[in-house]
This record gives sequence, C-alpha cells and structure tokens, in this order.
Amino acid sequence: MNSPLSIRISHRFLRVWRRNFRVYRKTWRVSFLPPLLEPLLYILAFGYGLSVLVGAVTYRESKVPYVAFIAPALLAIAMMYNSFFETTYGSFVRMYYQKTFDAMLATPLFLEEIITGEIAWGATKAVIATAIMQIILTFFGLIRYPEGLLILPLAFIAGFAFASIGMYFTAVVANIDLFNLPIFLFVTPMFLFGGTFFPLETLPGWAQVFAWCLPLTHLVALSRAVSFGLLGPSLLWHVLYLAVFSALFFPLALVKMRKRLIK
Amino acid sequence: MEPVVQADVLRKAFGAFTAVDGISFSVRRGECFGILGPNGAGKTSTIRMIYGFSPLSGGSLHVLGQDVTRRRQLRKVKYRLGVCQQENNLDPELTVLQNLEGFASYFDVPRPEATARALDLLKFIALENRRNTPIPELSGGLMRRVVLARALINEPDLLILDEPTTGLDPQSRHQIWDRLEGLRARGISILLTTHYMEEASRLCDRLIIMDHGKILVEGRPQDLIREHAGRDIIEVSEPGEELRSFVRDRGLRYDDLGHRLLIYCDQRDQLYREVSGQYCHDGCTLRTATLEDVFLKLTGRELRE
Repeated sequence: MNSPLSIRISHRFLRVWRRNFRVYRKTWRVSFLPPLLEPLLYILAFGYGLSVLVGAVTYRESKVPYVAFIAPALLAIAMMYNSFFETTYGSFVRMYYQKTFDAMLATPLFLEEIITGEIAWGATKAVIATAIMQIILTFFGLIRYPEGLLILPLAFIAGFAFASIGMYFTAVVANIDLFNLPIFLFVTPMFLFGGTFFPLETLPGWAQVFAWCLPLTHLVALSRAVSFGLLGPSLLWHVLYLAVFSALFFPLALVKMRKRLIK
Repeated sequence: MEPVVQADVLRKAFGAFTAVDGISFSVRRGECFGILGPNGAGKTSTIRMIYGFSPLSGGSLHVLGQDVTRRRQLRKVKYRLGVCQQENNLDPELTVLQNLEGFASYFDVPRPEATARALDLLKFIALENRRNTPIPELSGGLMRRVVLARALINEPDLLILDEPTTGLDPQSRHQIWDRLEGLRARGISILLTTHYMEEASRLCDRLIIMDHGKILVEGRPQDLIREHAGRDIIEVSEPGEELRSFVRDRGLRYDDLGHRLLIYCDQRDQLYREVSGQYCHDGCTLRTATLEDVFLKLTGRELRE
C-alpha cells in the first residue's frame, strides 16, 4: 500500500496532542510538582552542600559558582527526562495496556499522525517542565536574560529529539520492563557524563570523545551557553547535532511503529 | 443500490499463515450483516481490513464505494465508519462525557456539536446520569455501552462491531441488543462479528459462517437453519442401538454425539411420537432448530485453540 519510508503527516497529529494535553490538564497539580521541587532539591544538595567541597568551577576560562554551573544542566536533564519518559513509559501504556492507538486507528487518523502527536506531546512536556524550572532558577538569579528566553525553544528541539528516540524504543521493546535497558545504558550515562555535574575537560580524552557522541552533552553545552548569555556561532553545531538526531530517529520511530502495530 | 461493503477474493496472510483465504461477500445498505465463526476463523482479520487497520494481502475491498487500499479514499471511509473494537479501550483518565467529546474531535466535529451529540448518545445508552463518572468506575457492561456510543459519535453510515457482547452478563447483552435493534430500525448499516448464535439470529438480516479463513455458507438465518438443520430437532439422551438402526433405516438426517443423538426433521409431531414412544429411555426433547445447530454442524464440535 505505502512504501515503509513514505511519511505523510497532516495537521491531524494535533488532535492526538490535544488528547494528551486534555489528560495532562486533569492531573496538572501532580504533574507540576516534580519540575517545581526537583531544582530546589538539586540546588540545595549539590549547590549548597557539594559546593562547599567543589567551590568554583572553570567555565569558558572564568570561575563560576558551582550552583550556576549545574543549573543549566538541570534544565537540560529535565528536557531529556520529561520527553523521553513520556514517549517510553507513557506511550507504551497507551499503546499496549490502554489500546488507545487502536481506538484512534479506527478514526480518520493514521498511525503516522498518532505517533507524531505523541512525540510532539513529549516535546511539549519538556517545554512545560523546563518553563517551571526556569522560573525557579530565574528567581535564584541563575539565568541571564534576554538570552535565557532561548531556553524554551531549545526545550522543544531537544524534547523532540529525546521523544523520538524514546518512541523508537517503545516500538522495539517486547515489554515495559525492558525500558530499563536504554535507561541504564543510554540515559543514565548521559545524566552523569554529559558535562552535567562536572566539566567534560576533567574526563580522559577518549571519554570526552564518547561524551560528545551523546545528545545530552550537546544539549547541556547549549543550555549552559544560553543561561550564561554567551552566545556564539559555534553553538550552531550543537543545534545541528540535535536536528540530525531528530531527523534520524523521528522517521525511524515511525517506521518501527508501523512495523509493530500495522498487522 | 451500491453495497456498503464489497469484498472480492479478499485475502489476509500473516507470514505463512493465511487468516482470510480469498473470501467474497457484500453488505447491502441498511442491513445488519453478520460474520460468524469459531475463534481463529478470520472474522477479526476481515473486519480489520474493512476499517483500514490492516492492509490487504490480496483481492479487492470497497467500503462505502471507496477503494480502501488507496490512502486518500481510505481516509474518506474512516470518516464515515463507526467501529466498536473488542477491547473497551476508553481513555481511563477521562470521564464518560470527555471520552465521547474527545473522540469526536478526531472526526473534526466542532466542540459544541460534539457535546450535543455526546449528550444525545448518553441518553440513547441510558447513561446520562453517569456522564461525569470516570471510566474505571464503570462495570464491563456499562463500558461496553460507552464504547458503542463512542462509535456513533460521527453519525456513521456503517457501524462495525467486533464481538460486541463477548464477556457480558445476560442483562448487559440484552441492553446492547436493544440498542443495536434501535439503530437497525433507523436504517444504519451494521456489520458485526460474533460467536453467539442467539445474537446473530436476533440481529442479522444476512450472515456468513467462516472457518479457516473461508466462507462456509451465506444466507439469511432462517434460510440457513431450514437448509442445514431442518425445522425441528429431536434430541435423545443416551440413545440405544435400536434407535440408531431406526434412524439409519428410515434414512433420517442425524448427528450421533455418543451420549446424545440429534435427529433433524420437518414433520415433527409424528416422528417425535414414534421416537419418544418407542426408543426413549433417558429423555427426549423436541425443539426448534437454531443457528447454533447449523454452526456446529458446519464447523464441527471439536474444540478450537
């Protein structure tokens, strides 16, 4: 009928997005708490607890307080977590347990629109969480403006990338427990070694090369540059990395999902 | 008049396994058409192709005049279908009313209109007072009714029901049947799969019985019963040898199930008197032949997976 690589998506994916938004609004009080409290906890523990040991960190040849160093990384991690977990656990539950996708497939929607809607929603959740965190961090004076306004579009770009790869995993895992694997092998290493809690330069050369292969490293670099207001053309490389990452995993997620669901 | 479904040599294969093996049938406008068959007969595979869930492996399929293998035409078809899948796949986080309203948006029904239709449908399924109930608080039978209402939110030209009453208690089942009869009276075309013969005889104008991906028979329930099972059936428990030789000698149509003997007959009273008078030891009943007799006769009595 259609070649597996032909991808045609109409505006109808927004209907799927709206469905998820409607559900989110019902539970917003709960959904709001983690992005609100998480940065506070991190800033308290790492910023004030750990910074006694760490003191200041060198970033772009100048000494910056440790709290200011990790704050942008917290934003980047929130972007990753909120999108990745939405299209892994969230989408898997809708697909496998609630059969929501099956119900939608019996309407004018096609599978590509459903999956695109889910990924766009994952990116949106990254934006919502980031916005809440950003307000808190701004309150602590950890984000410079007007450059800091770029954080939200960045959250969408990054959220789309991580939502896409999350959806790819959802398409290929046999059961929900197997998400532990990409989390253990992909997400957690990035969380720790993506230039998040210590400068990449402290790692051995080979580890730095490896870290630069991972999307979060680029996202942290972007988020930090924007938060410090240090914009420059070199940042475009990081944006390009995220764009290419999406361009790879978004179609791959669609193809794999089609393979999984269309029988 | 153009049929609402026209299937020609329709085929569906999953790897080496052929689920639907070149079947042809058509559903007329305004009728209730049944697809019957034991588990694994190919019923669900057939209707999944009809509502565009599964691509065809072969043959051709037109629904509401459109070729469903063409995406543009399939989209048009999908707007005009109402589908009730086997699972109660409602959105558990939302209320009854929100489920219907949300589903309407997939069909481009504007919000105020969606709400009005949803409230109408809730009246139709007698659940107006549960409109704000979250889905997990509903019983299986009530959920089923909401799924039915949801399938009607786009005012479909063809309603497709995949085993609509499987797993329901008799009360809920009759509730669903009442609603479906109401819809049929309004002239909506209905296509349903079931393995409840009572359901099929009550609702279907015409039906096919499938097994192993093929159509065994097609026709109106009463015609099929008359043709394959006769008018009446004499059922004898623990039949003796004399009875067996009696039915053989008379050339009667019968099924010997070991502990039970079924004799298919048309001139009921005379034969029944004879059989019950002379050959009955453990019990002997005369009853009207049903679709279930036809079904078991054609698809066999052995268990399916």
